[in-house]
Amino acid sequence: MANRRLASAAEQPATFTFSSENADWAKGQIEKYPEGRQASAVIPLLWKAQEQNGGWLPQKAIEAVADELGMPHIRVLEVATFYTMFALEPVGRFWIQLCGTVPCDSCGARELKDYLHHRLGAPGHVSADGNFSWLEVECLGACCNAPMAQINQDYYEDLTPDLLGKLMDDLAAGRPVKVGSQVGRTSSEPLGGADTLTDANLFDGSRVGTWRKRFEQKEAEGGSEQGKAEAASSEQRAAGDPKPARPDAGRAVGTPATDGPAQRAAAGESPVRASDKVDAADGTNSTAQPASPTAPAPEMIAKSEAAGAEAGTQSSLPRNEPPPQPAATGASADVKDPQSAGTEASSTKASTTRPETPGFSAPKKGN
Amino acid sequence: MLADQDRIFTNLYGLHSPGLEAAKQRGAWDGTKFLLEMGRDWIIDEMKQSGLRGRGGAGFPTGLKWSFMPKKSDGRPHYLVVNADESEPGTCKDREIMRHDPHLLIEGCMLASFAMAAHACYIYIRGEYVAEKHALQRAVDEAYEARLVGKDNVHGYPFDIYVHHGAGAYICGEETALLESLEGKKGMPRLKPPFPANMGLYGCPTTVNNVESIAVAGTILRRGGAWFAGLGGKNNTGTKLFCVSGHVNKPCNVEEELGITFRELIDKHCGGMRGGWDNLLCSIPGGSSVPLVPAEQIIDAKMDFDTLKNLGSGLGTAAVIVLDKSTDIVSAIARIAYFYKHESCGQCTPCREGTGWMWRVMLRMAEGRAQRREIDMLLDVTKQIEGHTICALGDAAAWPIQGLIRHFRPEIEKRIDRYSANPHSDPVPMAAE
Repeated sequence: MANRRLASAAEQPATFTFSSENADWAKGQIEKYPEGRQASAVIPLLWKAQEQNGGWLPQKAIEAVADELGMPHIRVLEVATFYTMFALEPVGRFWIQLCGTVPCDSCGARELKDYLHHRLGAPGHVSADGNFSWLEVECLGACCNAPMAQINQDYYEDLTPDLLGKLMDDLAAGRPVKVGSQVGRTSSEPLGGADTLTDANLFDGSRVGTWRKRFEQKEAEGGSEQGKAEAASSEQRAAGDPKPARPDAGRAVGTPATDGPAQRAAAGESPVRASDKVDAADGTNSTAQPASPTAPAPEMIAKSEAAGAEAGTQSSLPRNEPPPQPAATGASADVKDPQSAGTEASSTKASTTRPETPGFSAPKKGN
Repeated sequence: MLADQDRIFTNLYGLHSPGLEAAKQRGAWDGTKFLLEMGRDWIIDEMKQSGLRGRGGAGFPTGLKWSFMPKKSDGRPHYLVVNADESEPGTCKDREIMRHDPHLLIEGCMLASFAMAAHACYIYIRGEYVAEKHALQRAVDEAYEARLVGKDNVHGYPFDIYVHHGAGAYICGEETALLESLEGKKGMPRLKPPFPANMGLYGCPTTVNNVESIAVAGTILRRGGAWFAGLGGKNNTGTKLFCVSGHVNKPCNVEEELGITFRELIDKHCGGMRGGWDNLLCSIPGGSSVPLVPAEQIIDAKMDFDTLKNLGSGLGTAAVIVLDKSTDIVSAIARIAYFYKHESCGQCTPCREGTGWMWRVMLRMAEGRAQRREIDMLLDVTKQIEGHTICALGDAAAWPIQGLIRHFRPEIEKRIDRYSANPHSDPVPMAAE
């Protein structure tokens, strides 16, 4: 959790009112939600208030939004302090939010952080000229263009310390800057252009409506599944082979892609891992005979179920319950108990008595 | 490699206009009325047949999820909520859909809402995506203007769509926290049951779906569930947007078939591994929440839900973070631990206290300023957090650390030994500090 407090009283403005333009906008937002649910608009309204107040949210604005929406002040204060995009203290004219989460971190965000430290000092302070303040924030969702920063509302991607420095100089001087990638990418395509999505047919409208053949043919053939689909090369593949052949993965033919029991056995290892064995020993889903006397659970369940059937009740043994532990084994191998319990009680009772029933150590007995 | 003909997001990179006319040329809004006339059950059946698993991380079958909604309304309205609060570190796919192919999403919303008898849909987009929010709003306005959606639209099914935005909370990607946030509260997850399908937004039946799951619906219905099911492998069907970031030569988003191998994904689309394949240390294949997988296991693994699950990790959102041998893996995981500390909503004690505790211990371990026995203690604490919280953020915080200890324990021990072999003036603190 982030520790967030309102700005000190000295920095708080005395009043806040929405400009008439923003007040109209707010009305439009509230109309998006059903009658009586105007509280839903609290985040958009706070956001607008922050925008109007130069990028940060004073206490009076929080109260104004609460009054506008008919919410108690504390509810809106809760929201304002919970969401990290509300800046509760004054920010610079350009507020730099540097992404520092792992994809950016591993691609050079640390150098950017050092640069900002060097140029602007500690995060959270407005620079002397009032132009900048910065903060390291969590993932901003532009990871293919790492490292990146959000300055006010725009994303600047593929940064280096030099590019960031130049960007800041340009912003401070009021020169136009390019939003998005700083190394010439359009968006998140591979640097230098993608070699996918190059087929001109995708964009000239020639594919529009071709899919209808699937339905027309189906109708003509009385619901037959034959010959459906537009081009759908893959669909034809699917008909003959539910698992289409893998494209060449660039590795030696026949090398297993993953490990599985067969591969493990071939490599001379134990085909089934101990951990998998434990899962497999969960008898609650198994109808097979236990392989070893240490896992007798399925038989007990089968027995209790039979008991339930005898009693004329529908067996509803909890199949997702953990199997009885062999450790709970009693010394005497009395397997009659569950049956008698089952005949005189409902299946729920049978199931509750089951775990305490002794006799798990003698699965073969009485079978 | 997947053929261009079989790609769904044909304007993924924004090289063409995202506007309505261009989107129609690419096949969006093509015969939507015809698809709606096929009926609710047909849509859900076709989605089930496609085998589409939710693209938001958990991989729950989408068609099945749709079928959980009540068939008949009991007087309460139904809602579709689209989860566009994309904040899982490494994930940047929904952003491209919303700014470059928004009409596929809007059409998908209409189809999904029809299938679930919802007449209103909210798209909850993360607050940081300001440009994307405007792009999406522009597309929604276009759709209203062309009467494709709205109270009285050409499809004859009254349907309203609204764009709502958040304000920077990772936890709002959790579906019930998202609903809380949409209702104007703090984003704290709700206890389930009741599930959103019975009691979601404003106490009404609601389905929450990821952007990608919804945006593929139109194409799947047009070309058929069988087409989609024919791509990928059994139980892991279809195409998926992969977001490859980190130490590859050309990080990018790309749509590929599920089940492509890691090596092919990197070689074909990302210009190969930085410094060659021998330089690969490990990969985090599904966003920061999933445990890392070391090089030798991931390199030829198929990128799909089941294979990665069997490797002790997960496909998650298919956000593939690739790390080479220059990475300080312990401090990288410590950085992830900080992320979860920062994003914990503070509702459940194990997560609120545990994430900060784990982060502080991880920071010391990155330096080696720890005791060897603390490794087991840390592992034990992760197990006590995992599964003991209302939502999965506790699990997500625990898994990366478990993965680190599982695969890189010798590295942690080496640092501890190296640190303790040198004289220090500061006392080594205990784990709990």
